Amino acid sequence: MRKINSEDIILQIEKMCADVNYNLPCDVTGYIKSLVKNDKSIQDDILLEILQNVKVAGEEHIALCQDTGTVNVFVKIGRDVTVTDNDITVPITKGVERGYKNYFLRKSIVSDPIERKNTKTNTPANIYCDIVDGDKIEITMLAKGGGSENASALKMLVPSDGWNGVKHFVLESIKQKGANACPPLIIGVGIGGDFASVGLLAKKALLREIGSKNINEDYNCREKELLEEINKLGIGPMGLGGNITALAVFIEKKPCHIASLPAAVNIQCHSCRRKTIIL
Amino acid sequence: MKITIETLIKNIHDYKAGERIELSGKIYTARDQAHKRIAALIDKCEEMPFNLHNACIYYCGPCPAGNGKIIGSCGPTTSSRMDMYTPKLLSSGVKILIGKGNRNEKVVESIKQNQAVYLLATGGVGALFAQKVKKAELIAFDDLGPEAVYELSVEDFPLTIGIDCFGNNLF
Repeated sequence: MRKINSEDIILQIEKMCADVNYNLPCDVTGYIKSLVKNDKSIQDDILLEILQNVKVAGEEHIALCQDTGTVNVFVKIGRDVTVTDNDITVPITKGVERGYKNYFLRKSIVSDPIERKNTKTNTPANIYCDIVDGDKIEITMLAKGGGSENASALKMLVPSDGWNGVKHFVLESIKQKGANACPPLIIGVGIGGDFASVGLLAKKALLREIGSKNINEDYNCREKELLEEINKLGIGPMGLGGNITALAVFIEKKPCHIASLPAAVNIQCHSCRRKTIIL
Repeated sequence: MKITIETLIKNIHDYKAGERIELSGKIYTARDQAHKRIAALIDKCEEMPFNLHNACIYYCGPCPAGNGKIIGSCGPTTSSRMDMYTPKLLSSGVKILIGKGNRNEKVVESIKQNQAVYLLATGGVGALFAQKVKKAELIAFDDLGPEAVYELSVEDFPLTIGIDCFGNNLF
């Protein structure tokens, strides 16, 4: 059994908090660059502002967005590796605390949803663990802003609603709240499972890279169809009009009950801050 | 077009929805919990943390300042969460609101009635806004952490008129 020291995990997570908040992934930056037309439109101005912000944040070591988010951590732990001293959630939490303190990132978590007292550590993080084959640990971090999270939605559809029902639900959700979620957006869609699991499917869909294809050809076509329809809504960057409302649509699905068709849409703003490391 | 807060307020009728401006002057950060407290202070006629007369409020909860820096990333948050408090603040003298996204009908009506203006800042580009802040001072509600009220002196803040004093709305 391979052993990983929990202190190493703390250090890696601490550094990851800075990396994820200071630098946008290349696939996102590259795709936004490819959309710039230099036509002096509002849409183009906003895309250029986003790219300039990426440059400044990287050079100055300052967060891309002041909403440095809820830290979502997706862990794949090999069955032949173990963490010394603690279960892995302990060093991850400690690493987030240190990272958000030492790299001057905003602490956005309140301890109680009604009382709303800030924990001042940006913890707890949302940590999801899966056990996989091998002796490695893969950790993906997604720093997720509150504004785009607030625009997300979940609906328990019924089987007769079918794909058209899912599509209608996603489009209506974006029509209602997409403008407030800092478009251009990345849309994570979960279909199937049950009430609890469909939201997580939608969230996990956001971990895919822009330009990646769905391994299921039918769903690949559905992603393209939905992206096209979303971009026809006319919401545009920051809701000020245009044909770039979303950069990508990613769908994750799983089996479900004969009576159900759960659907969830998790909206990601243009500042899609994610990073993966393998230990 | 470069403009100061004083000039914008003085000539508020000259600025129409859709125009881009670069605003300079003193602005106050306030978001969800600060709004809740300010609204309660208005109701109780108690002293305000800053003078609301002709004030400019920025819906923002900044990142902490790094070593040697004035402020951390400081872009706008979603304005609509403040909608339920905004008419009260406008009727108490606030003239300029800065945030992102659409507002409800009551806010649009209140902006018209009080001859105020709502300005849009691009969301998700907080590092750019940090470069425009020349001074930042914590002035109230320290216990709220990032939701505390800061007085910011800003230079050439890049903004778009979202709702003008006639109620014309860009959304």
